[in-house]
Amino acid sequence: MSGTPQNPVEKLLRTERMPHIWCPGCGIGTSVNCFARALEQANIDYKNLHVVSGIGCSGRVAGYVNVDSFHTTHGRAIPFATGLAMARPEAKVVVYSGDGDLFAIGGNHLIHAARRNIDMTVICVNNFTYGMTGGQVTPTTPYSAKASTMPYGNFEDTFNLPNLVDACGAVFVARWTIYHVRQLTRSMTKALNTPGFSFIEVLSPCPTLYQRRNKLGDGVMMVQYFKERSTIENGANTADVALGFQGDIVVGEFVERERPTFIQNYNTRMEQVLGDAFVPYEGVK
Amino acid sequence: MKADPKAVNTGTHFIDGNEACAEGAIAAGCRFVAGYPITPSTEVVEHISRRFPRLGGLFIQMEDEIASSICFQGAIWGGLKAMTVTSGPGLSLMMEHVGLAAITETPSVFVDVQRAGPSTGLPTLPAQQDIMQARWGSHGDYEVIALAPNSPQECFDHAITAFNLAEQYRCPVFFMMDECIGHMLGKVKIPAADQIEVVARKFTSRPAGEFEPFRIYDGDQPEMVRAGMGHAIHTTGLTHDERGYPAMNPQTQDTLIRRLRNKILDHTDEISIYEADQIDGSDVTIVAYGVTARVAEYAVHLARKEGLKVGLLRLTTLWPFNDRLIREVADNTKSFIVAEMNLGQMVHEVERASRSKIPVHLLDHAGGGIIEPETFVKKIKEVVR
Repeated sequence: MSGTPQNPVEKLLRTERMPHIWCPGCGIGTSVNCFARALEQANIDYKNLHVVSGIGCSGRVAGYVNVDSFHTTHGRAIPFATGLAMARPEAKVVVYSGDGDLFAIGGNHLIHAARRNIDMTVICVNNFTYGMTGGQVTPTTPYSAKASTMPYGNFEDTFNLPNLVDACGAVFVARWTIYHVRQLTRSMTKALNTPGFSFIEVLSPCPTLYQRRNKLGDGVMMVQYFKERSTIENGANTADVALGFQGDIVVGEFVERERPTFIQNYNTRMEQVLGDAFVPYEGVK
Repeated sequence: MKADPKAVNTGTHFIDGNEACAEGAIAAGCRFVAGYPITPSTEVVEHISRRFPRLGGLFIQMEDEIASSICFQGAIWGGLKAMTVTSGPGLSLMMEHVGLAAITETPSVFVDVQRAGPSTGLPTLPAQQDIMQARWGSHGDYEVIALAPNSPQECFDHAITAFNLAEQYRCPVFFMMDECIGHMLGKVKIPAADQIEVVARKFTSRPAGEFEPFRIYDGDQPEMVRAGMGHAIHTTGLTHDERGYPAMNPQTQDTLIRRLRNKILDHTDEISIYEADQIDGSDVTIVAYGVTARVAEYAVHLARKEGLKVGLLRLTTLWPFNDRLIREVADNTKSFIVAEMNLGQMVHEVERASRSKIPVHLLDHAGGGIIEPETFVKKIKEVVR
């Protein structure tokens, strides 16, 4: 292919699987673009990169990346990734999934993986809805927004994702929108280089379902909204970054802290108690 | 290959079935267990959590059974031998991941120490009520392997069998103990490591680019691969082609689902473990498994002392069900009594497989206790008249 300019993202993609299933104006592809660039910047060896997804539009990411990749069951990408990370401590395990998958059906697993500080990076594409099943309400659908199962507008309170994972002990927490491609790429790079449980929320348009039902225009109009109403506030208190319907958005890198990982804690504790009888855990040799 | 001598607890022990099962798993090479506490299975993971730090293994107590039942599959794709351990209610929660293991052909061992249900039921008391759940619990068509040990010794021996079968057939393998067997104390002889045959995982030697993870190259199982070998594999719970890529059409579904079924059913005879005793010319043959088979053995002894012609067929392999065996037995006995600690699960299989050639009677129990030997003898007399 010498002489032919190659898309820098192409190396990461299973090109034989293109075209992908995502709608025009959807932001998932943009986030994957940032992810590919972050892998370059973080100098990640693809052989030691494993991507795990749950079910849903964002859950299809695992199917398009040309690395060891696992498309699992709805909500259970994190426990699968936990087992994989235990078997392969030297690998970088990335969970790529959506807001419904990770915070509704999979919420229990997410909080425990963060608490245990399992060495993984979780990228949550938050498009405020279940896209794959036709636009139902999720734990992140803003108050008053319409969904196919909230025809009169959402009356439930939402999760503030960065605040939730912060409270559970995540070592790195950031939020960007797909307008912020450079910042998102940089945070992904940082997360990939941070041992322990790192989390990035990526706000994304869903023109086909979320926006159409809420009369919010096309993908470009959502990006316009992201651009106009976002304020970068690194280190912001995550309690203050909740989102409202088409309201102000606080983006940035909110949390950076150091904690021993699950395997480090295990090895330290067992070494202390068992001494020479302990065989340090190394995963697959 | 042989078991790892550093891990095998060679010697004669007085332990219960749960501990023996844990030792069997260790001998088989299991080095990762994900589980969630549930009576009456908990001693398995308690023993594992004491042993693993000395063996380079890792036990993780997950947040629930749903997580446990997929966490260990992640470890398997990472290259480890692994299992999860539970009882009825937990097994109910695990069902979606039994289906995942079936469609992704993950060599997975699910240990189930059965108790009485439905729901919370009788947590501390025995039953054999998960027989059909193990077979049919997840949606869709798939086959599994299930073994029912009936002594602490067999909990050790057949835990190894379960791991070996999982590697050979790449499917969910259920190790179906029950509360009685799990908590039964007995002598367990653990042989020297070089006497223990262990099936190693067969990783492909084909280079990346020339390997498809769900293609059959030789034999009738695809070749295993693990994350980190450089093959950029993809697995999915969606219907998939030989590359592992989603292909959602009836043709791919037909090819895949029939292959997943036939790779087990074509080997029913090899997988089938059973004991047949004095069946030829008997007036009645008792079919039993697990702890019920132990009681049946004694009951048959009592009945024979009274001059009754009683055969005994003990099934250790429950799934795949050995139709041929049942048909052959039906030709050589006059009737069946299927004894089980449920209100009739395996009896349907015996009826189906014997094609109503001879009468099939059920000796049932709602769970919470065993079927007493006297009850057996009474039933035998009723049937023989």
